[in-house]
Formats: sequence, structure tokens, C-alpha cells
Amino acid sequence: MKILVCISHVPDTTSKINFTDSDTKFDTNGVQFVINPYDEFCLTRAMWFKEKQGATVTIVNVGGAETEPTLRKALAIGADDAIRVNVNPTDGLQVAKELAAVVKNGGYDLVLAGKESADYNGQMVPGMLASLTDFNFINGCVGIEVDGTAVTATREIDGGNETLSTSLPLVIGGQKGVVEEKDLRIPNMRGIMMARKKPLQVIEPVGGEASTSVQSFEKPAPKGAVKLVDADNVDELISLLHNEAKVI
Amino acid sequence: MSVLVFADSSEGKFKKTALEVVSYGKKVAEQLGTNVVALTINASDSSELYTYGAEKVVSVSNDALKTFNAKQYAAVVTEVAKAQNATVIVVDSSIDGLYVAPIIAVNLDAGCVSNVVDVPSSTSPFTVKRKTFSNKAFSNTIISTEHKVIGVAKNSYGVHENVVAGSTEAFDATVVDSAVKSEKIERITGKVTIADAEIVVSAGRGLKGPENWGMVEELAEVLGAATACSKPVSDLGWRPHSEHVGQTGKPVASNLYIAIGISGAIQHLAGINASKVKVVINTDPEAPFFKAADYGIVGDAFEVVPKLIEKLKAFKAS
Ligand SMILES: Cc1cc2nc3c(=O)[nH]c(=O)nc-3n(C[C@H](O)[C@H](O)[C@H](O)COP(=O)(O)OP(=O)(O)OC[C@H]3O[C@@H](n4cnc5c(N)ncnc54)[C@H](O)[C@@H]3O)c2cc1C
Repeated sequence: MKILVCISHVPDTTSKINFTDSDTKFDTNGVQFVINPYDEFCLTRAMWFKEKQGATVTIVNVGGAETEPTLRKALAIGADDAIRVNVNPTDGLQVAKELAAVVKNGGYDLVLAGKESADYNGQMVPGMLASLTDFNFINGCVGIEVDGTAVTATREIDGGNETLSTSLPLVIGGQKGVVEEKDLRIPNMRGIMMARKKPLQVIEPVGGEASTSVQSFEKPAPKGAVKLVDADNVDELISLLHNEAKVI
Repeated sequence: MSVLVFADSSEGKFKKTALEVVSYGKKVAEQLGTNVVALTINASDSSELYTYGAEKVVSVSNDALKTFNAKQYAAVVTEVAKAQNATVIVVDSSIDGLYVAPIIAVNLDAGCVSNVVDVPSSTSPFTVKRKTFSNKAFSNTIISTEHKVIGVAKNSYGVHENVVAGSTEAFDATVVDSAVKSEKIERITGKVTIADAEIVVSAGRGLKGPENWGMVEELAEVLGAATACSKPVSDLGWRPHSEHVGQTGKPVASNLYIAIGISGAIQHLAGINASKVKVVINTDPEAPFFKAADYGIVGDAFEVVPKLIEKLKAFKAS
């Protein structure tokens, strides 16, 4: 089985979010970048397939050279090789078009992508990629088993889970559950040494165009101070929630 | 030209998000000087949508569409969008809404924007505000394609009555083949789910152990709320993973979020920023959650919560 894992390079979850150039650009100053948490679940699942069922695992990122340390980290976790599509994308459709070209050229059977990236949270790349390649598609995936070309997968639905059957080739939009958090892999020294020698191919974009663009960013208005209520006076809290906030 | 809204239903009944997206679509149609068309799939009676501004409802009834299937539903929305000459297509940002939106976008070669929190600030260029950076910021995004797909974030625009004399027409949609088949659906029944809840009562490690969740459940019951928890609580197995709220868990966009014994770590707050009113109960006056909260009680949950339950019961009864 040939597996492709899409890796997004995103600010660490604790990053302070700031903007520059009159609020038109994300300020990367002092920001630590990591593998997108949702992609990490997918990468670990791919390693499991590789070790238990036999598979090759390629990782791919659409982005500039600054994403390479993140790709090396994913190689250190155990992916076989990496591809970077050399363009700074501006929206999900553009990323999906570039990924679709990689998928078509590479003959992959299974494409694993996080259901969303922790920066722009668009939740559209996996679905668009599946449509552009005409692969089957399961989003919000919390479990996947492959037997030959037959696939059984589980996805989250409102208030529960749905079990689905399908077949390869398949794109999944994955999240926690594809593997559990305790099973996530961290690179060890040997992995880090080996990752240095693994192939990281840089390819030029096919020129997929974006359909949206960010005009400006905004931060939420600063919040007013919390209204404290005495612990002995929960009646006041009820009254505030009823009369002032009008939520009960 | 028209605005097409997919009004999702479950067992024939409209979800609250359906009424919200219709309200939203009506407003966008007004901005564009056109009409709004609502699409329903297997909803028994669509007249409720007239109350929120849908002059026209296109109703698709087909047993083959009984269970949600993203590819099939997206194909129906696409077919109706073409038939109605719709350039703006509005869906909700629920799990299913986010599943179909990108497929519709590729079908129509449309720009797609999810988690949108307001009606367009401009229709030329077409600019919408959406949540980004795990709810820590917004981006004003221009959609430059002729067709546009918009996923409206829950509880962001609200439900607005706008009574019109609507009419419904049946539409015989094509059901495309999908190699993804639903085998089994398991829902926790009889409980309010986090996604649908107007009120969420959530508790953290401050509760010390699973045996103390009785009061959390009782408070939730009094309020008709869903229960939730912080990540360590689900990691420790005190509560199911489906209740874990935050950046790596579920997002909450309720009207009221009550956090009991939760410190308010940045990853937890990322999941609840979209909630309107936040109440915190915590023994530590320095807990970061107090900075994010609207109302707070510095106090011991084991004393405050039982009192709150008792007083709320009296309040509800009065
Ligand atoms: C990559 C990453 C992702 C993460 N994602 C999430 C996520 O999605 N969701 C999430 O929740 N966390 C997440 N976390 C963990 C997060 O950083 C915090 O560790 C977690 O939110 C803390 O949970 P807590 O507030 O329940 O526990 P604690 O930090 O232990 O806080 C307990 C609180 O209870 C209070 N307390 C104690 N006793 C009482 C009492 N008797 N009455 C009232 N209050 C009391 C204490 O004062 C304290 O504030 C993530 C972390 C990382 C690194």
C-alpha cells in the first residue's frame, strides 16, 4: 500500500497570535511551528500500517522552505520520504489542487490528512482533494482498518459515531481516534539521525489558483473584566444570568 | 441569480442551525438584491422555513437519501444550485456541513469559506468574516470566484424571524453513486449533545474524581444542558472522550458555558471562545479562566454547585 500523509506546518497551540503589515500578515516572530496536531494522528496511523501491514509512507507539504524542519520531524517519526511543493498557498483550494497533482503522479492508495489545520481551520483540503482526484472520502475519521482494498472506518457524527465501509483509493480527514493520543510517536535520536539522510524532494507547483484571499485579520475585542459573585450568594448569579445575560 | 441555503433536518425536523442558515441566507439575498431558496432533503413539512424568510423551498424526497452521504448530498445541492441559478450556497458548519461544503465547492468551482461569523461586510468584493487560529482571531476573507460556498458558524448570526408567504416545490434530484456506505449509526440517545446544546456544564480536574460527577450531571439536568469536561478528565477515563472540549477536543458554541474546577489553559479556551457567556467556579482566584469569563465565583465547587442546583430548582419552579 502506498500512503501519502499531508503535513501542515502550524503555530504551536500556545502561540500568541499577532499580525503585521496593517493586520494583513500573520506575525511569525517568536512563534514555534509544529506538525499540525490532527496530521500527527494520521502520521502515527500511517506508521502503524507500515509496520503491521506493509506500506510505504510519503509525506507532503505545500509550502515554503521554512516548513522543512517540520517535514524532517515527520521523517524522524518514520516516514520514508518527503515532498515539498514549493509555493506559499493562500487558500485551501490551492493546496488541494497542488496535492491532487502529487496524488495523481504518485499512484497512492490511501491519503491521510488532518481534518483541519490549527491555523486557518478551513476544514476543506481533504474534501477538495478527494473530489479533485475522484477518491472515496471519509471526513472526521476516528478509526480506520484496511484489508486488501476494503476499508472499514468510523467517523464522528453529532452525538455519536457512524461506521462506514468503502474501498481504496481513499482520502481521509482524520482526528484523534485514528490513533489515541498516548500512542503518538515522538522522534528518537536514531530517527532524527536517519531523517537527515531521507529524501526530501522539492517540486514546483502546477499553478493551482486560489479562490479566496485574506483581506485583513482581526483579534476579538478585549473582554470586559469578569463580574465576581460571592460564593454565598448564588442567587445573584442566577439573577445576572437571567436578567443581564439572558441565557437562562 | 439566487442564494441557495441547505436547511438540514433530522428525522424530518429542522435543526436549529437550519433556521439560522435560512436567516443568514435571507440577509445575504437582501444584500445582493435577490431571493433566497431553501433546499430540504426528506423534511416532512418545510413551511417552518417561511418564518425565517425562505420565499421558495425546494424539497427533495428520496429514500436513497435517508442516511446522510456527503457525496450524494453534495451532488443534490450542486444540482439544485444549478437549477436555481444560485451563486451563493450557504450551509452550516456542523460536522455534516463541513463534510459536504468542500465537495460542493469543487463541483461548482467555487471559493469556499467555513466558520463564517457574520453576513458579508461587502458584496463586491464579496467579503466575509471567519474564525481562524483556533478561535484566537478572525480573518476578513474575499471570495473571488463567481460561485461561493459559505459555512456559517453555529450561533454566530442567530435565528431571525422574517415571515414571508413562501411556497414549496418538489424536486426530483439525481442520486449519484457513492462507494462510501453507512453500515451502522450509534448515537447516545436521551442526552443533549455538546453540538446542539444551548447550555454546556463542564468540569475539570478540580472535581477530583469521577465519583463526583453526579452534581455536574444534576446541574446539567436542571438547566437542560449538555455535560462536558477538560482534556485530562477524559484522558484519566473519568468521562468519555466525546465530552472533551478544547483545541484537540470538541468546540463549543453555546449561549452559556459553565466551567467548574477548570483552570482555563489556552488549549481549553480555544474550544470555548465561541460561547457567548462564560461562568467560572474555581477555588483559585488566579485561575486563568477568570480572565476569559463573564461571571465568576471564587469558591469550592463542592459547596457552590449543590447550592446552585438547589437555587436553580427553586428559580425554575417559580
Ligand atoms: C497540544 C495540547 C493540546 C491540548 N488540548 C486540550 C484540549 O483540547 N482541552 C483541554 O481542556 N485541555 C487541553 N490541553 C491541556 C491543557 O493544557 C490543560 O492541561 C488542561 O486544560 C487542564 O485541565 P483542568 O483545568 O481540568 O485541570 P487543572 O489544570 O488541574 O486545573 C484544575 C482547576 O481546578 C481548580 N480546583 C481544584 N479544586 C477545586 C474545587 N474544589 N472547586 C473548584 N475548583 C477547584 C484548580 O484551582 C484548577 O484551576 C492540551 C495540551 C496540549 C499540550
